[in-house]
Amino acid sequence: MSAVLADMPDSVAPETTKAIAPSKGGRPWTFYVLATLFSLYVIALYGPMFCIYILSFQDIRGGLVFPMKGHSLHWFVDLFTQVRTGDVKGSFDRSIKLAVIVTIITVAVSFLAGLGFRKRFCGDTFVFYMMIGSLVAPGLVLGLGTGLLFQALGLNASWYTSALGAQLSWTLPFGVLVMFAVMSRFDHVWEEAAYDLGASRWQSIRLVMITVLAPGLVAVALFGFTLSYDEFARSLQTAGSLNTLPLEIWSMTLNVTSPSLYALGTVTTIVSFIVIGASLGSIVLIQKKRGSRVRG
Amino acid sequence: MKSDRGDIELAGVCKSFDGITNVVDGVNLKIADGAYCCFIGPSGCGKTTILRMIAGHEDPTAGEIVIGGQNVVGLAPVQRRTAMMFQSYALFPHLTVRENIAFALRVRGQSKTDRLRAADAMIEKVRLTQFADRLPAQLSGGQQQRVALARAAITEPRVLLLDEPLSALDEQLRVQMRQELRRMQRELGITFIHVTHTQLEAIALADLVVVMEQGKIKQAGAARDVYAHPHDRYVAEFMGGQNVLSGRVEKVNGASFTLAQAAPDGIEVPLQARSTVKVGDKVDIAVRRDDVELVRPGRELPTGCTTSLPSRVLAIEYQGYFVKVMLDTVPDDEFVAYVPEKTFFADPFTVGDVVMATWATGSALPLA
Repeated sequence: MSAVLADMPDSVAPETTKAIAPSKGGRPWTFYVLATLFSLYVIALYGPMFCIYILSFQDIRGGLVFPMKGHSLHWFVDLFTQVRTGDVKGSFDRSIKLAVIVTIITVAVSFLAGLGFRKRFCGDTFVFYMMIGSLVAPGLVLGLGTGLLFQALGLNASWYTSALGAQLSWTLPFGVLVMFAVMSRFDHVWEEAAYDLGASRWQSIRLVMITVLAPGLVAVALFGFTLSYDEFARSLQTAGSLNTLPLEIWSMTLNVTSPSLYALGTVTTIVSFIVIGASLGSIVLIQKKRGSRVRG
Repeated sequence: MKSDRGDIELAGVCKSFDGITNVVDGVNLKIADGAYCCFIGPSGCGKTTILRMIAGHEDPTAGEIVIGGQNVVGLAPVQRRTAMMFQSYALFPHLTVRENIAFALRVRGQSKTDRLRAADAMIEKVRLTQFADRLPAQLSGGQQQRVALARAAITEPRVLLLDEPLSALDEQLRVQMRQELRRMQRELGITFIHVTHTQLEAIALADLVVVMEQGKIKQAGAARDVYAHPHDRYVAEFMGGQNVLSGRVEKVNGASFTLAQAAPDGIEVPLQARSTVKVGDKVDIAVRRDDVELVRPGRELPTGCTTSLPSRVLAIEYQGYFVKVMLDTVPDDEFVAYVPEKTFFADPFTVGDVVMATWATGSALPLA
């Protein structure tokens, strides 16, 4: 997500400066102050991460701190072949599967909640505040509680039951909040028009609502996926005997003392970027598809 | 469903949203098949609610809505064979002009080629052929309106309902689209019901003008009837073009009565068939602004004028083909004379001049 947010000021900044100082003459001194501030912000944002990425490309002599010793892909190979680095592949698989399940549930429930909250109903504010409440509840405590509850009920904690539930308590309120923002741009007179033209409820949802809201639904999905993919606090006590990826990384920081750890950081970042890229790409594609029919 | 007729009858229609106040309060009205009917009134008078009840987007709390001889309360818009054009047009933003217009056929399960052919024919009718593949956001207001009209008309409704269709357009376009609406109505030959708050729009378009206030119909009739013969003070003031004066009846003499006013001899008003007045009654009368003539004091009154009210000119507005002269004739009400441009400039008044306001006695109209 941070990448998406950081991209925005990058592309917006030149526009704004243009608006302040119309081309020709030199830029005002405020431009240089703000540009410096922005550069510092970008360095602070990406600097620490880049340290990790750079150090992951050392050769076999590499250590955990600068200076960098040689360059190779040794630690990436090490990561996937050495048993002592832990079950990276297994936990990565679990994390992706879990994130996909969380995403599907989050999108479905958020969309339905968006539909439900179109009209006021008895107790709607109560439901809304209950939901926000679960956002502010401390994740570790909530995870601990979920773990305890499962134990008390005699159920086995595992990533696809208790951890799924604990993560949903985090992704659903987020998803619903994003959905509210998306829905606020949906004009309900479109639904009325569809009804007037003879569309059934289901046709109106499928042909009008979902298609108009598609980019927003992709955004909700992206939220669900990334929030689940790096969720740590709530999963810690609920994942059971098999770790998710963030838990695996955390346990590695305790016992792995090689740049494999950094290689893992690089790999997970790449996965994150692929997911974000795919989401933004699909939004652009949806919009392009609408645009292309214009030309066709 | 059997009938193709689009005549509408509202019988005792009431609508209440909170169970306490009636937004629409016992409306009875008959609209002929193929008529152009305009509902007019200030915002909140219930005109849009009536439209939405005829359209099937609201259910009446009481009363019957009959279209083509069939009570349609509780039926969906498609079953009523009505179509609505929404105030903001409500075009689907993700669909092109062609797909927007074909939407109704799509949800009816028509094949793609059939529905697109039908849509193209309709697009030609509203002269949008070169814009068929555009999205609504890429169209001007007038073009969007035509798309909305085509999208509603493709369902072959027997009644088309238009909710303030011209309010989103600028003045020039409004006049142009007004003509286009009338043309479409003639071409389709179906009943149009049009809600507006602009009296000019209503009288320019409608066969039947319905003036509303607070959920009730104040007057319904032909445009000329409503404008020239308003039923009461409210209609006269709302439709405009009238001066309304009130006073007590001084004496009743045969075919006319005299109203006590600032004038030396009172105001003589012809007694209409419907009004029975007694001495001492408080009565409102209306005098058309373009019937008022202004004469300098001491000059002779034009023939047929028996009343003259001394007034001072408060303000003058040049309006092109006429001049609007505002007077202090009556203490609390506005009194305005529309003087033809040529007459005015033959002997122009200035603000502060004292004039006599007069009119042909026969043109004064007693109000209910």
